[in-house]
Amino acid sequence: MDKPLSMAIKNLNFYYGDFHALHDVSMEFYAHQVTALIGPSGCGKSTLLRCLNRMNDLIPCARAEGGVFLDNQNIYDPKVDVVTLRRRVGMVFQKPNPFPKTIFENVAYGLKVNGNKDKAFIADRVEKSLCQAALWEEVKDRIHESALSLSGGQQQRLCIARALAVKPEVVLMDEPASALDPIATQKIEELIQQLKESYTIIIVTHNMQQAARVSDITAFFYLGKLIEADDTKTLFTKPRLRRTEDYITGRFG
Amino acid sequence: MNELRGLTGRRKTTQRVMFGLFRLSAVINGAALAVIVYFLVVRGWRAISWTFLTQPPTDAMTKGGILPCIVGTVCLSLGAILMALPVGVASAIYLNEYARPGRLLRLVRLGINNLAGVPSVVFGLFGLAFFVVLLDMGVSILAGALTLGVLTLPVIIGSAEEALRAVPDTYREASLGLGATKWQTIRRVVLPAALPGIFTGAILGLSRAAGETAPIMFTAAVFYTPSLPSSIFDEIMALPYHIYVLATAGVDIEATRPLQYGTALVLIVLVMALNLGAIVYRARLQRRG
Repeated sequence: MDKPLSMAIKNLNFYYGDFHALHDVSMEFYAHQVTALIGPSGCGKSTLLRCLNRMNDLIPCARAEGGVFLDNQNIYDPKVDVVTLRRRVGMVFQKPNPFPKTIFENVAYGLKVNGNKDKAFIADRVEKSLCQAALWEEVKDRIHESALSLSGGQQQRLCIARALAVKPEVVLMDEPASALDPIATQKIEELIQQLKESYTIIIVTHNMQQAARVSDITAFFYLGKLIEADDTKTLFTKPRLRRTEDYITGRFG
Repeated sequence: MNELRGLTGRRKTTQRVMFGLFRLSAVINGAALAVIVYFLVVRGWRAISWTFLTQPPTDAMTKGGILPCIVGTVCLSLGAILMALPVGVASAIYLNEYARPGRLLRLVRLGINNLAGVPSVVFGLFGLAFFVVLLDMGVSILAGALTLGVLTLPVIIGSAEEALRAVPDTYREASLGLGATKWQTIRRVVLPAALPGIFTGAILGLSRAAGETAPIMFTAAVFYTPSLPSSIFDEIMALPYHIYVLATAGVDIEATRPLQYGTALVLIVLVMALNLGAIVYRARLQRRG
């Protein structure tokens, strides 16, 4: 691939206490591409995703060894400011989790905690982010109402808008549509295709068909190891390894 | 088809008996409160009048009103909350958000639990020795409020911690994921979400402080003050202490009985109004959230 590199992982081993969750993982993520991480439950894909913005730091017994690189800088270097990292690598969670605030306040939150005080700038950025998340038309007349009054699908798009407002380089999505109905899921998948023009997207999904629909590159994980990563079409039609083929044909999972 | 008939015979009777017992317990609960209130109302309502509530006592406290007591109780309770609320909420934030599980945390929790178990008269002696004498505040609103504050502290910490724990971790995750620091997360998301619960706890602590007698006996309350307090270093009268004084050491105990019950009635109305306010507020929040 001669596309520019966004993030890279080199020989990452991850432990929850004594449990060895990720074994020697190495892979690359390319800019403006959608990379999907697939695999059966417990294979470590969510763990890996949360390593990319160091959200695993919140777990007391968690430990990472190896390198995770953003722009050739190891994010696990002690000198790295985690707060800045998380502005550049944003995250959308499995279950929509808007704050109990207004729609406007939710999207503006990231900007305000990062020190922005210019009201006009914030209002403009909020509108642009909601447009990018395909939510503006639906909420523009009630932007100062509670975010909790939105439907599940709308709340998730709000969370996406919230993550986009701080203009990250990479957006991590942890099974973003698994808690949503099929129509909302479809909207999210369309959104991902639009967003990749401006962002690098890494998505964890347990839904293989979704990975096939949405991603450019797919990586298959099993029991904490990266089994195979390839161009999505190739992985799903001509997988190199037997285990990959067994998984995508549903022989296990 | 017999399996669809449901509970029959013995099982149904047992269930009925058990539910009956539970209902009886609830009734006893309500009845106890009703009896107390009835007693006070019947014996004390005659003393209640506009004069009673707005005038100071006269004729060696056998006539007149209890205005200074009301003012004193209000000052002490508010003072107690003013001291206990910031310290209590800050402690709760530390315990719930920052402290790492381990020996130190266990020790702190042990300390708080023991503080909650200290008898109120011991608090009174502590307040006397520490605030009144050692820190030379004298018998004053300040000393009394601080003593009451220490007494109310475990209550505030308990309810504040509960309120903080009730805030879902998903909010914290979302905030940190956007590049907020831990303190920003607490200040902007966690604390505002926990505020209603903390507020309810504060009201309950307030009502508890209003009714305490022993802690204020040695530290703030006196038999009689000729005028209303003008500074926090003044001594004051207080409702619970006034009841005690009239009933044990007053000039004419029998004649002042109606006044005693009247004072008790005012105190219990005050406490119940606060508790009711807290309950109503909490119910409104639960309906909204």
